[in-house]
Amino acid sequence: MRCFIGIDLGSTTTKAVVMDENQTVLGRGITNSRSNYDTAAAVSKQEALVDTRLTLFRRSLEAVPGTADVAEAVLADLERNFRHIQFVEQLEDLERTCIGNVKGPRFAGREKPVIEALAETFRRLREHSATQFAPGFRRKSDFFRDLAGGDFMHNGEAVCREAGLAFDLILNIYDKSIIKVENRPPAGDIEGKFVRALEMESLDQSLIAAPVKSALSIPLEETYVVGTGYGRVRLPFPKEHIRSEILCHGLGAHIMYPGTRTVLDIGGQDTKGIQVDPAGIVENFQMNDRCAAGCGRYLGYIADEMNMGLQELGPLAMQSTKQVRINSTCTVFAGAELRDRLALGEKREDILAGLHRAIILRAMSILSRAGGVKDQFTFTGGVAKNEAAVRELRKLIKENYGDVQININPDSIYTGALGGAAFAVRAVLN
Amino acid sequence: MSEIVKEPSMLLQKEMIARNYEAITSKHETGRKVSSTFVPGNLNELLLCFDIVNNLPEINAIQNGMRKLSGNYIMDAEKAGHSEDVCTYVKADIGMMGAGNIAPNGKPFPKPDVLLLSYTGCYTFMKWFELLREEYKCPTLMLHVPYEGDGHSTKNMRDYIVKQLKEVIIPGLEEVSGIKFDIDRLREALRNSAKAEDNLVWVLESGKHKPSPIDAYFGGVYYIGPIFTAFRGTRDAIAYYDALRKEVQARIETRQGPITPDGSNFNDQRYRLIVEGPPNWTNFREFWKMFSDEGAVVVASSYTKVGGMYDLGFRHDADNPLETLADYCLGCYTNRNLPTRVDILAKYIEEYEADGLLINSIKSCNSFSAGQLMIMNEVERRTGKPGAFIETDLVDPRYFSAANVKNRLESYFQMIEQKRLGTAKAA
Ligand code: SF4
Repeated sequence: MRCFIGIDLGSTTTKAVVMDENQTVLGRGITNSRSNYDTAAAVSKQEALVDTRLTLFRRSLEAVPGTADVAEAVLADLERNFRHIQFVEQLEDLERTCIGNVKGPRFAGREKPVIEALAETFRRLREHSATQFAPGFRRKSDFFRDLAGGDFMHNGEAVCREAGLAFDLILNIYDKSIIKVENRPPAGDIEGKFVRALEMESLDQSLIAAPVKSALSIPLEETYVVGTGYGRVRLPFPKEHIRSEILCHGLGAHIMYPGTRTVLDIGGQDTKGIQVDPAGIVENFQMNDRCAAGCGRYLGYIADEMNMGLQELGPLAMQSTKQVRINSTCTVFAGAELRDRLALGEKREDILAGLHRAIILRAMSILSRAGGVKDQFTFTGGVAKNEAAVRELRKLIKENYGDVQININPDSIYTGALGGAAFAVRAVLN
Repeated sequence: MSEIVKEPSMLLQKEMIARNYEAITSKHETGRKVSSTFVPGNLNELLLCFDIVNNLPEINAIQNGMRKLSGNYIMDAEKAGHSEDVCTYVKADIGMMGAGNIAPNGKPFPKPDVLLLSYTGCYTFMKWFELLREEYKCPTLMLHVPYEGDGHSTKNMRDYIVKQLKEVIIPGLEEVSGIKFDIDRLREALRNSAKAEDNLVWVLESGKHKPSPIDAYFGGVYYIGPIFTAFRGTRDAIAYYDALRKEVQARIETRQGPITPDGSNFNDQRYRLIVEGPPNWTNFREFWKMFSDEGAVVVASSYTKVGGMYDLGFRHDADNPLETLADYCLGCYTNRNLPTRVDILAKYIEEYEADGLLINSIKSCNSFSAGQLMIMNEVERRTGKPGAFIETDLVDPRYFSAANVKNRLESYFQMIEQKRLGTAKAA
């Protein structure tokens, strides 16, 4: 089947969306952007293709009578098994890389015990991996680095103690190796891994083997890929495969909500107000100038300044009962203003509510420069997940533009990639 | 102005500019008088009648911007107390004075003998000259030019300027130079101006060809160099514009585009733009490349009209020497009200068959920037062609964010492309 892919290389995360030629979304994938854009693009794409396979399984299972109530559980098992196989594979890569790094004067004469300690550590990691991917286990992260890292510290230290080796010897090797492995996308052969995943679990083979295998036999043909986002110029594809994120956000928002006329996207680095026509074509846009004040990054600084997690800001601000006026959306001055307010005895939640309002006020000014807010209005980007920001936005939109319909999609983080994928479809089919 | 485009006319211009700097910096040896004056509405023909050499502080600031010297000058001026919001041409100039006041030829600028403020449409000019007067303690001649608030000038305004020329400016220049005013000399200079102006207009209008043989913004700033500075009224200017016209003519005949910053021929022109607002000078080449890399050629711009709107028909007129100087001052682009600017830009879009209007809004220039968003919306509404807005500064490198500008430009070009596809489908 022909697949059309959009990849959005953002400053913090990279997203991919796979579509079929009817512009139906088949899969979504996300990864952290790290320093290597090529890997981030490859990983997010692979994740989206994995997700696409799961969609195809779901469809093919749904066609089999009697699987309706077990379908989701089966799919969850299948995915877990798949992730486990992928994890073990990356672990093996990490082990090989670590062992390959045992060289140089530092290890002279000690190579053998160090390699043995590494081998034993990885044996324990593999053994423990079954628990990490057991049903019901809550993994704290899906990124390989986080999963493998914690375990390595824990087991490596024990192994070294038993062997009478200094732990920092192997820790040093680990640090060197993890970067390499992380910047190497997991090996392909998604289909092979799904077959193994299918066979791993005591699933009712008679019921699901046939539909899963038939879904697996559908070839996923990468017909056209479009890249967008700030890192787009780094993408390893020709220029005509690259679209600006303003156009991708416009089209993505149109696909999610075809009635969209105005889009607000508050990303990590910039804020954009975009007007689109009934076909999703961008008519006009405005964005912040070189200064990133009032963008997602600003909230990050505030969180650091208050010693809080980024996700905690919104909920705390929601508890405010009184609004403190914050004038500065400048990342540099916000810290000073914040400390000043705290020193005056203002409550943290009230200050935070004021900060959220300041961000949205700035977005309102960009929107008005872009020609105001028209019905329907779609809010996208990371900040759309922040309830305090959304509350202020709703208030201000109503005050200034009356009762326009406000759309916020739970998958809004994929808006840019979605638009990219739609451009990919159009590039081939138009 | 710099080595970017190596065409014969460019080399010629470079040599002319060098000669003018030489004339300024050697005034003590030659005994010639020097005047400082600004580009819009300047009275070069009149200065020629008094053998006065013309020094233009804005041009010096541009030169320093392109040579990457302005950043430090601006910061020095800020240290001395000039606010961040002040026009950065002024701060680049003040900073340069503090750093020894060295001209591009490596010799110190001498004190001017007179400050001639012949166009008052930008308030900054007045403040700028107040600062210079304080520094140099030299006479200041001010010609007050009324703003065309209703979109046109009146006989009254013209008479008012002519009166000032007769009563203040000409006697003042006679006194500074010790030379008696000779109206026939002025007529001669005005005749020279008109000749050069004809060719300039011809060159600027060649942007109507497809492919356009010129870039009317990035290339355009070179084309206007001699006519808007110390050469209008001279035989040098006539020779320059003759040469330039021949060059452009040759490109039209062979269907060639202008030369890109890389030195290649810009024939693959995908977007034809009208640009409003001055360019950014500190990253001029990088800025230009963002256009040429995407196949965007500028077919007409308002910036090439800062020193006179010749394409609207104005020519210096030897038969009405003082009146024509008055008309020239009144007709500067930034002396026109917003509806007139909208008219001009919308007309360019039609006549040059452009894809849209791009506005480069200059942070520190109020004269150009006030009302620009309104201008964009209005031109969009009238022509149905998409507009876009980018923000940079003249010579302050801190206000040029390459990633931001590039992002907006690429989005704009793709937006034009998408609209074309949309209309093609609808048709
Ligand atoms: S017109 Fe703009 S650039 Fe020129 S002096 Fe005035 S403020 Fe500065």
